[in-house]
Amino acid sequence: MDIAQFFQQAIAPFTYGFMVKATLVSALTGAICAVLSCYVILKGWSLMGDAVSHSVLPGVVIAYLVGLPFTVGAFAFGLLSVVSIGYIKSRSRVKEDTVIGVVFTTLFALGLVMISKVSSEVHLSHILFGDVLGISDGDVLQTVIVGTLTLTGVLMFRKDLLLFCFDPTHARSIGLNTTFLYYALLTVLALTIVTALQTVGIILVVAMLVTPGATAYLLTDKFSKMLVIAAASSVFCGVVGTYISYFLDGATGGCIVVLQGILFMLAFFFAPKHGMLAKSRERRKSQLEDVLERGNLPSSAGGMGND
Amino acid sequence: MLNAHTSARAPFPQAHSSGPSLKVERVNVAYSEGKLALRDASLTLEHGSICGLIGLNGSGKSTLFKTIMGFLNPLSGTVTVLGRSSREAQKAGQVSYVPQSEEVDWNFPVSVWDVVLMGRYGHMNRLRIPKKQDLEIARDSLERVGMTAFKDRQIGELSGGQRKRAFLARALAQQGQVMLLDEPFGGVDATTEEVIIRLLTELKNAGHTVLISTHDLDSVRSFCDTVALIAGRTVLEYGPTEQVFTPDNLMRVFGGAASHAAS
Repeated sequence: MDIAQFFQQAIAPFTYGFMVKATLVSALTGAICAVLSCYVILKGWSLMGDAVSHSVLPGVVIAYLVGLPFTVGAFAFGLLSVVSIGYIKSRSRVKEDTVIGVVFTTLFALGLVMISKVSSEVHLSHILFGDVLGISDGDVLQTVIVGTLTLTGVLMFRKDLLLFCFDPTHARSIGLNTTFLYYALLTVLALTIVTALQTVGIILVVAMLVTPGATAYLLTDKFSKMLVIAAASSVFCGVVGTYISYFLDGATGGCIVVLQGILFMLAFFFAPKHGMLAKSRERRKSQLEDVLERGNLPSSAGGMGND
Repeated sequence: MLNAHTSARAPFPQAHSSGPSLKVERVNVAYSEGKLALRDASLTLEHGSICGLIGLNGSGKSTLFKTIMGFLNPLSGTVTVLGRSSREAQKAGQVSYVPQSEEVDWNFPVSVWDVVLMGRYGHMNRLRIPKKQDLEIARDSLERVGMTAFKDRQIGELSGGQRKRAFLARALAQQGQVMLLDEPFGGVDATTEEVIIRLLTELKNAGHTVLISTHDLDSVRSFCDTVALIAGRTVLEYGPTEQVFTPDNLMRVFGGAASHAAS
């Protein structure tokens, strides 16, 4: 194959309208999820993200049945799960993670039953694993609208949300309504999940809501940089993942999430400060310094353990 | 590290004073399962005073703290801060708070400067964009605790004493009239302890009210005006330090182990 042929093959995906659309939606979804992922991982809400994403299933089915936009149904059930979890947690002795587990599996199961009994129109696998290559213009519009609103809201109030994650006691002591912030953050979480449904599906949404933030967290100590790195890595994975899936003829959502996982592993090993290699180098260095110090002070060698 | 000139700052602005600044009246608080976490607790703090809250873990000390902060709602009794409910006082930005070190996630990606600016959020607009005055006050607060050189450090890269001073700077930046400090001397070096005591005394002299919860009996004796001994989920004794801090009373609270601290 000569170079011209190679290029022709390489840009072939973008000669198709559906590929261009899919790439754009994946990139936008990636950016929104990445911004939110920074809050999710700092707040320790990974399980909450998983819960909300699974809980939207019955909402999607009902929306298809009655002809509403899927975002409406999904968002309604996302909120329902959040409110039920909060309600049950505050009124029973059962621990939060247990409550989350009970609520989301119940709603997800309800969705499964509804799909199997009620509708043949809805493709289960598209909802579960996403179908960004087959996305309709209407769905693109929904994703863009909801996504843009969510992104704007989160970025506008990013400082309050960050303070809420960092130190809710201080947030409250300066008069902020922390209950409101709690539900506000969960609401944007639900909205974000709704935007990502088309791209990666219910099962893998949580990866988009956790991995970019986790990767960025290993690479920087500044929140503003964390937002940028997370968004950049996530957009990269969205675009490249969609591209690769064309050649593999494989699941697009899966490709995106695998790429994100690979980036995380790279950061885990090679991050300049918090990576594994940097840490073991640091350890070796301090051990070496220890030995050198001891060499200089032979008389105190026996008492070093007390330092 | 800590310069002599940190003490040469202008005095704190004088607080307004009329009536008691913090009043806890016959407060009862229950756990969610119904058991009493605090019963019939009362104290009254005057403007320009420092009060030490002393008691063992589980004595009701942190419950009292949380109730004053408005995190727990009393079953009965009232908490009044500057003549209003503690929530109203918080909304007016009058109650600042320095958390226990154990409550902070030190890996959080924020710098010392970020933390101090958070003290000004209540004074900023909804988008929390700092005005020139906010930046000046934040800088001044950092200077007062001797942490200007560490402004850009991620908070986890600080020593125990520096961490405490960073959060003290945040509380100073807030410029409230009432400051609550949870275990301010836990895990800090001697320099930091000095800085904390000096600043709290300056605040007191400017008419502010300071409430600290602590295990450090020596520091209580040296600079607290009043002491509340907490034991058995209530305020056992409350009054001027020299009256309350007797070996007998300490024996009642701590048992034999700590009673020598008062002698």
